[in-house]
Parts: sequence; structure tokens; C-alpha cells
Amino acid sequence: MTSKPPLAPPSALLAELTYRCPLSCPYCSNPLAMGGRETEMSTESWQDIFTQAAELGVLHVHLSGGEPASRRDLRELVAHCARLGLYTNLITSGVGLTRASLGELAVAGLDHVQLSIQDTVAKSADWIGGYDGGFAKKMEVAGWIAEEGLPLTVNAVIHRANVERAADMVDFAVRLGARRIEIAHTQYYGWALLNRSHLMPTRAQSEKAYAEVEARRERYKGQIVIDHVAPDYHAKYPKACMSGWGRLSMNVTPQGKVLPCHAAETIPGLEFWSARERRLADIWADSPGFNAFRGSDWMQEPCRSCERREIDFGGCRCQALALVGDAAACDPICVKSPRHGLIAEIAARDSAEKNEGFIPRRIERAREKSGV
Amino acid sequence: MTSEQISEGSRPHLLRGVKLKNDQVRKTWVLLAPERYLRLNAVSVDILQHCDGVAAFSSIVDDLAKKYGADRALIERDVRGLLVNLLEKRMLGL
Ligand code: SF4
Ligand code: SF4
Repeated sequence: MTSKPPLAPPSALLAELTYRCPLSCPYCSNPLAMGGRETEMSTESWQDIFTQAAELGVLHVHLSGGEPASRRDLRELVAHCARLGLYTNLITSGVGLTRASLGELAVAGLDHVQLSIQDTVAKSADWIGGYDGGFAKKMEVAGWIAEEGLPLTVNAVIHRANVERAADMVDFAVRLGARRIEIAHTQYYGWALLNRSHLMPTRAQSEKAYAEVEARRERYKGQIVIDHVAPDYHAKYPKACMSGWGRLSMNVTPQGKVLPCHAAETIPGLEFWSARERRLADIWADSPGFNAFRGSDWMQEPCRSCERREIDFGGCRCQALALVGDAAACDPICVKSPRHGLIAEIAARDSAEKNEGFIPRRIERAREKSGV
Repeated sequence: MTSEQISEGSRPHLLRGVKLKNDQVRKTWVLLAPERYLRLNAVSVDILQHCDGVAAFSSIVDDLAKKYGADRALIERDVRGLLVNLLEKRMLGL
């Protein structure tokens, strides 16, 4: 296990252009402490990062946030990526787009749009996203996307408040003309971890929703592609988080930090480098944070000698840290983890909570909390 | 959506948002689609370069059979196999 294979180039770059967002989803994957507009990188810095990314071998650029449409230079960034031959995917809530701006993005060369929906029922959707009229706006945006002929993926995060309608989300996405849907049962990081006791469905609810969504695959074969992220806390094995730490993709924060995943900075003691100070290629190859959990040398038992080691890479580092206090431990979602019992305990306790009020995602609140 | 859907007169084409790219870094052709990419071998690239929305399925097969000097039925099976796969992934139109 000591000889390392040559490092493959990254294929995807998630560009978190801004943390600003009109919505306040309680499961947002952004960190609890978020920098505001004044801390964001300039248009030129982002363009330089995309140029370096293309040279490094990145194929897909995911323009995300926060809400990427909060950036006035979105069109310029899309155009720049398109010139470089990068595949551009806009990950949006829809709020902040106009008919004209979407048209301009299409002309600039945007390849694909991923539109989030919070629920299939307007009232509930607006309550979850904390934005009145958000659902109606999304429906309007979906219509524009269809008019432009842009391919659409619908993204829906599943939790206690909408779990009964998980499969409806698929039917709904078909009606919107989506080619693809991502049904993601909530992954508990960032704001979702903070709100876990408000979001966790019961095991019975999760299993029913999971089965109903799976049953849609056959019904809609060739019509819509379903990407289904299983409910972690009710699973047997962990997910292959990020398809392996530092293996295929990188996240760049609005401030230029380059990370292996959204939550990586929650792990204390890891050193991450900034694209404001170093070349992307050097960060990918040499940043201590990226190298910390590459390959399998860092693994402990039971992962170290496990036959699934190359399938799930030991699960998620951030989850291992959050739940058992050691980022190099086996993800406790795994039945083989000595701490697996904890998961059922947490899931049962949190799903039994009656409190329905979320702590909404807010940049201001995060600042108060962290004293920034 | 099955292979019966592809008829002799079908005019296969990559849907918008699905693109062939000659990847200089990996030294291979790839097919880019939302959230995924597929590495392509030379034959698949050749097939997909024929899928321009103008050429009919039957003429694509004719062309390739001639080019490779291979049995038409064999070529047809390969072309159909690739196209059905891409239809199911929502990457191809007819
Ligand atoms: S998850 Fe919700 S709050 Fe977070 S960036 Fe997306 S739309 Fe905004
Ligand atoms: S022991 Fe580790 S490698 Fe094996 S299945 Fe569990 S998490 Fe994955």
C-alpha cells in the first residue's frame, strides 16, 4: 500500500461564487460561518481559476453558491468557461434569475441548469425555503428553461417536512420537462447538522420514500434519469463521499479556499490552500488538506482491511469527525463501525422530536455566532 | 424506451447539453453530459460523429460497415447498443 499511483486530474470543480442567497433552507450545505459580499473574489480571479482548471483537466464547472445569480458577473463567468470548452452547470434556486438574464446565459454558452425545489406543494415549499413566492418563481423559471431548450435537472432534498412527497417530486420533475432528477435524502453537514432534530424522518418514512422513488425508475425509463442519494442514517454502508476525498473534484469557496468537499473545513488541524495565493495544480497535488485522506494509508480498522475500501473509501471524513470525534475513523454510518449503534440512537431520538421550527440559514446569524 | 424505438429512418443526435470533447489532458475522447462524463473508444466516437440529426440510422450503419469492412449485422448491433444506452441515459434524441 505504499506505492502511490500517479495522481489523476480532477474532473469537476464546484465554484461557490457567493454565499449570498435569498432563500434560507435549513439543510443548506454551506458552512455556518459565511463571508459576505465584501469578501468574495473578483470576476478576474474566478476567470483565472477557470482557466487553470481547464488546463488541469477539469471537464465540468458547477456554478453554485449560495445563489449564483446573486453575482452580477455570472454571464461573463459562463462565457469565459464556454470559451475554454468547460461544461457549465448552473446550480440555482431560480430566485434572482430573470427571463432576460437566463436568455443571456444561454447565449453565453450555458450547458445545463439544475433547479432546486423544496417541495411539490407551494405553501410548504415556501415555508421550507423561507421565501414567500419562491415556488411560483421556480415554476416560472422552469418554463423559461424549457423555452430556451436548456437541459434541466431538478434537485430535491428530502427531510421530515416533505418525505411523504419524495416520489411526487419525480412525477413533478417529469411534468416540468426535466431530463434528470436528484433526490437527495438530507446529508447532515453544515446547517442540516444544526437542524438535524427538525429534519430527520423516521426509519419507516425514509424506507417508504426510498422504495417509492426507486419504483419510479422503471416507470420513467428513458424519460427521466433518477439519481438517488440514500438516507445516510438509515443505511447499512456509508456513501462514497465525494467519490473519494481529493479523487475527482474540488470546491472553491467564494473567498478562494480550495477544498475536497463542502464541509472539509470543519475538520480541525487540516491545512487548506487558497487559489488567491497558489496555482490550482499545486493545490490539487500538494495541499496537505487534499493529501490527508487520499488513498488508503490513513485508514484505521475496520476500513483498512475491508473489501469495500475502494468502493466507499471508508465513507465521509467530516461525518466521522462530527459523530465519533475522529476524522480518520470509519464513518459510523457503516455497520462495521464499532460506533454504528450511535446512528440508530440519534436517528430515533431526532425523528421523535416534535419541534418543527428550523434555524434558518443566514449569513448574519452565522456572523453573530462566530463573532466575525 | 427500448431498441424498437430506433428504426431505419431514425435520425439520432446528441441532445443539447451533451457534447463530444477531445480531452487533451486525458488523451481520450469523452462524452460530456450533466453531472457525468463517459470515456469513449475510437469506434464509439466514430458512431457519435455520424449522429448529426441528418443522417438516418440505416445510412450510418451502411457507412460504418463500409469503412470498417465489417459485417453489416454486426455493425448494426454495435451502433444500436450504444444508441439505446444513450437513449436510456437521456443523452440522445431520434
Ligand atoms: S440550499 Fe437553499 S439556502 Fe442554501 S444556497 Fe441553496 S437555495 Fe440557498
Ligand atoms: S469498514 Fe470502512 S471501507 Fe468497509 S464498508 Fe465500512 S466504511 Fe466502507
